[in-house]
Amino acid sequence: MAGQVRVLRQKIRSAKSMKKITKAMELVATSRIAKAQARVAASLPYANAITGVLTALASNASVDHPLLTPRNPVRRSGVLVITSDRGLAGGYSSNAIRTAESLIARLREDGKEPVLYVIGRKGVTFYRFRGREITGSWTGFSEQPTFSDARAVGDTLIQAFTAGADDAHGNPDGTPGVDELFIVYTEFKSLMTQMPTSRIFAPLVVEERPRTEAKEPLPAYEFEPEPEALLEALLPKYINTRIYAALLESAASESAARRRAMKSATDNAEEMIGNYTRQMNSARQASITQEISEIVGGVNALAAAGSEL
Amino acid sequence: MANTLQVELVAVEEKIWTGEADMLVARTTEGELGVLPGHEQLLGQLADDSQVRIKRAGGEQLTYDVSGGFLSVTTAKVTVLAEQATPAQPTSPAASH
Repeated sequence: MAGQVRVLRQKIRSAKSMKKITKAMELVATSRIAKAQARVAASLPYANAITGVLTALASNASVDHPLLTPRNPVRRSGVLVITSDRGLAGGYSSNAIRTAESLIARLREDGKEPVLYVIGRKGVTFYRFRGREITGSWTGFSEQPTFSDARAVGDTLIQAFTAGADDAHGNPDGTPGVDELFIVYTEFKSLMTQMPTSRIFAPLVVEERPRTEAKEPLPAYEFEPEPEALLEALLPKYINTRIYAALLESAASESAARRRAMKSATDNAEEMIGNYTRQMNSARQASITQEISEIVGGVNALAAAGSEL
Repeated sequence: MANTLQVELVAVEEKIWTGEADMLVARTTEGELGVLPGHEQLLGQLADDSQVRIKRAGGEQLTYDVSGGFLSVTTAKVTVLAEQATPAQPTSPAASH
C-alpha cells in the first residue's frame, strides 16, 4: 500500500515537470507568433511596391521573359516544400508533406517528373528515410527566416528554371533543370487554422485586367536601363519576395501549430496530475484505514487474551 | 503644384523611412540622377552598393547605403525598393564635402 503511494507520487512529479516544459514551449510559441506576424506586416510595403512596379512595367513594355512564358511540354516540375526544423508542432510538418505528396502524385499522373526541394529538417528526414531523392535542401531557419535565406533558395530555383528540362542531364553542375515551379507552404489563416497550400510560382501568370479609369491615359514611364533589362533584374527579385513571404507565413503557422500542440499537452498533463493526485489520496487513506483496523484488531486480540488469563 | 516629394524607402524586411523631402539623389545603372518634385515618371534599377541621398527642407540630408535596389518615380511619390538599406556612416563623401 505504501509502495503504491510512492509510485503515484513519482508519476505526479514527472507529469509536473513535463507540464512545466510544455507550458514554457507554449509561451515561447505564442510570442513567436506575434513576432512572425509583425514581420509579415513589415514585409508588406516592399511586396506591394514591387508588385506596383512590375505592373507598371508590364503594362508599358512588351512582356517577354522566360519566367513569364509557360513551356510546352512540361517535362520536369520543381516542388518546394516548406516544413519545420523541429518537431512538437502537432501535424504541421506532416500536413505540409501530405499536401506535397498529393501534388507530386498529380504531377506524375500528368507525366511530369517531380524534382524535390525541401526546407526544414523534418521534411528532409521524411524524404531521406524513404530513400527519395532531394535535389536541394535548406535547414536551420524555419522559425525565423531572413530574406537572405529566401534569396539562397530563390537563386537555386531560378537557376534550375532558367536551365529548363530540355537537356536530359540538366545543368552543367548536375542538378536537373525544371519547366515549372510549385511551392507548398502553410497558410496562416488564424491562430486556430493553418492550411497547407500548393501554389505555382514560375512561370508567373500575367493577369490582364481591364483598366477602370479609362479617361486618364496611362502615364508614360521613363526606363533606366531598358525595360527588358529592368524586367530581367526585377523578376528574380519578385520571386525571391514571394518565397520570403511564404517562408514568413509558414513560420507563423509553425509557431501557431506548436502553440496549439503544447497547449493540449499542458492540459493533458494537468488532467493527469489531477487523476494521480486523487488516486494517491485514496491509496493513502486506504492504507491509513488498514493500519487503524490492524491496530484496533491487535488491541482487541490482546484484550481478549488478557481477560482469559 | 506640390513642391515637396513624398519619399518612401522600403527594404524587403521592413519599411525604412518615409516622409517628405525636397530632392532625392540616386545612382541607377545608367548614371546618377536627381529627382525633384514634378519629375517625369521613371522606373530605374539602382547600381549595386550605391547610395541614396534624401535632401529635406532645412538642409537636412539622409544618406542610405542601398543594395539590390530599384527606383520608382510616379506623380504621387518616389519609392526606393531595396533588398537592403542601411543608414550610411557619418563619414560619407556627401558629409565630408
